[in-house]
Amino acid sequence: MIAEAGLGALWLAASLSLLQLFFGFAALKPPAEELGRSVRPIAIAQAVTVVIAFFCLIDLFLRTDLSVRLVAENSHSLKPWLYKFAGAWGNHEGSMLLWVTVLAVAGAAVALFERRLNERTLIATLAAQATIGLGFYIFLLFASNPFDRLAPAPLEGNGLNPLLQDPGLAFHPPTLYFGYVGISIAFSFAVGALLTRDVGPAFARAMRPWVLAAWIFLTTGITAGSYWAYYELGWGGWWFWDPVENASLMPWLAATALLHSVTVLATRDGLRAWTVMLAVVAFSMSMIGTFLVRSGILTSVHAFAVDPRRGFFILILLALYIGGALTLYGLRVGTVKEGSTFEPVSREGALVLNNLLLSVVLGLVLVGTLYPLLTEAMGSKVSVGPPYFNSVAGPIALLLVAAMAAGPLLRWRRDRLKALGRRMAVPIALAVLALVALVLFAPGMRILPLLGLGLALGVGAGSLAPLWKRNLRRTPLFVYGMVIAHLGIAVSLAGMACESAFTVERLVAARPGDTVSVGPYHVRFAGVAPIAGPNWTAIEATLVASRGGGAPFTLTPQSRMFSAPPTETSETAIATRLDGQLYTVIGKPAEDGRWQLRLWWKPFVTLIWLGGAMIAFGGFLALIGRVLRSRRAARRGEEAYA
Amino acid sequence: MKAKNQRLTLLVLAIVAMLAAVLLAMSALRGQASYFYAPGDLAGQPLPVGKAVRIGGMVRKGSIRHLPDGVTITFTVRDETPNIIRVRFRGIPPDLFQEESGVVAEGRFQPDGLFVADEILAKHDENYKPPILDAKKHEHVTGEVR
Repeated sequence: MIAEAGLGALWLAASLSLLQLFFGFAALKPPAEELGRSVRPIAIAQAVTVVIAFFCLIDLFLRTDLSVRLVAENSHSLKPWLYKFAGAWGNHEGSMLLWVTVLAVAGAAVALFERRLNERTLIATLAAQATIGLGFYIFLLFASNPFDRLAPAPLEGNGLNPLLQDPGLAFHPPTLYFGYVGISIAFSFAVGALLTRDVGPAFARAMRPWVLAAWIFLTTGITAGSYWAYYELGWGGWWFWDPVENASLMPWLAATALLHSVTVLATRDGLRAWTVMLAVVAFSMSMIGTFLVRSGILTSVHAFAVDPRRGFFILILLALYIGGALTLYGLRVGTVKEGSTFEPVSREGALVLNNLLLSVVLGLVLVGTLYPLLTEAMGSKVSVGPPYFNSVAGPIALLLVAAMAAGPLLRWRRDRLKALGRRMAVPIALAVLALVALVLFAPGMRILPLLGLGLALGVGAGSLAPLWKRNLRRTPLFVYGMVIAHLGIAVSLAGMACESAFTVERLVAARPGDTVSVGPYHVRFAGVAPIAGPNWTAIEATLVASRGGGAPFTLTPQSRMFSAPPTETSETAIATRLDGQLYTVIGKPAEDGRWQLRLWWKPFVTLIWLGGAMIAFGGFLALIGRVLRSRRAARRGEEAYA
Repeated sequence: MKAKNQRLTLLVLAIVAMLAAVLLAMSALRGQASYFYAPGDLAGQPLPVGKAVRIGGMVRKGSIRHLPDGVTITFTVRDETPNIIRVRFRGIPPDLFQEESGVVAEGRFQPDGLFVADEILAKHDENYKPPILDAKKHEHVTGEVR
């Protein structure tokens, strides 16, 4: 019953999105303007029905209803509760349902809360949002139905990939999707504004909070995903330049560029056509990411589907939406009026530089990600890995970070380089000092980590500089947001540089009783013991670590054996200290009673994710600040009219 | 500066930046992209000694040996051809690494033909097969039809 109810709700949501599309676009022409009034309620109803469908799926997974194909193929009655729940989106169909649910909820949020945008533009925006939704409803209903029945029902399900059986699964995909799919709002705003010829500062001010919100989710999702991969995979790395990771990085780069250019449009009425273009590009990156991840073209934990029709379908949707938006852009960009101008040395100039550099990094990542797919289509197999990405994107990213320190210190419209030099004197001195100290005391560092660490110190100081000599109590919240987010970039960069330069790794085969030293730690291998969990058994090693005269503590990495599906995974054990992490993995038994142990000492590695969290938190402060300020402005406006 | 000129300047800048990015990417890819070899691909051609490449195939039955240090293994990779690649790897192989299953390794060939792997790629999917084997099978089938 529940499965049928879910399917019914999904069909209803699809029909509502069709209605929303027609009414929305029809309302643009004068005779049908009345229809526009129904678009907001329809958008909300569409979200409610698809959320019902999504809850139906979760219910099926919680009760492990094996007569539903999706549940039988991806779940198991003995799985812990949390993984039954989160397992609803740990598969292709479920994750696409989550995708479209987030899309509809984002559209409904716009319908509910957006009051500043011109009403016609808003309706066109909701119509564009419905167009995106409709394509994915069709995809779900005809090519990936999550509510498909299975007769006869099997006695037991296939289970969930054990690598996904981690609390991270409950958090990482929904967060990332809110960011990923939330970018669609920016796209729909851009399409709406092009349709009604409404591109201007008011449009930008209305769009900014939505872009900011999506960007916060995207930042959080990427940071969380990186940490999850770091502790779950047990390879000691935090970023692998895996195409799937790039698929989330590319929308982030585009959204970051958009966030900065939308500020120019909102504050100074510049970069009109460019901002609209970026909104289209940002969502294109989300679509390309969805295609890469969901088409089965890549093999990884994220790629559930290996059905070529599905990839083809997403590719067609991608071509339709992006092609359609670009065509509209080409037709209407002539009607977008010129914005105001600025000198090259100015805040606007710095933001343009930020946008150009971000676009270059984006281009480099995109080419590197797609290149293996293209060459494979032409018959030769190549792989593009960290050496490429680090060597091409690394230097430009460092340049970008340097520009980031200078940007906020420039005045709008026109400034002088000399004045900038004076304001930057302390940060530059700090960076140079750090570089000299590193060259003297840590010789033999590779060039990228060296520059990264030096720059991180200078940029950290530089990002605090906008608060210098300001009345801190009267500084608006969004300035704090910017400062914290920029400081977060510096913190994260410092973490990356330290991790890459100072990590110590030991790989040994040890007998119980042996002691291994790694970095400042002495780790005694006390022994192994078998233990059992709810749906796995494991070999657990006991490691007693101590540092100098400090109290010893115990780490228990495990090698787990899951029964459904039969898979081995390693569970790392990590000790976090203020100055880094001790990361331990137990491997296979070697012959003659020894066990493989892999230990890392990673100084300041936590800064990477602390920085990521600061970036997201800065975005959150900026969002609150902007929303409060616009509320206050609106209230003042009403009072003035009263 | 006039508005129109400014827009043009920005457009030119954007195009130049993107072109530079693509050129940079292409030149870097030429040097950094690593090629993929199956044992059969190496017949009758010089070994790419010292270059970072990937190899892939099936781990031959009974070929996994543990060296006395306890953390180094050697094994042999085969495909449908009579050719094989001998591989040495120091590290903890991924959980899905076993005999008679697919493997992809990243590393360099020594002059004597031994492949020293820096990393054995964990393909997270238990149903994973190296793409080259699937492609070969496919060719075989179409060949028969013809």
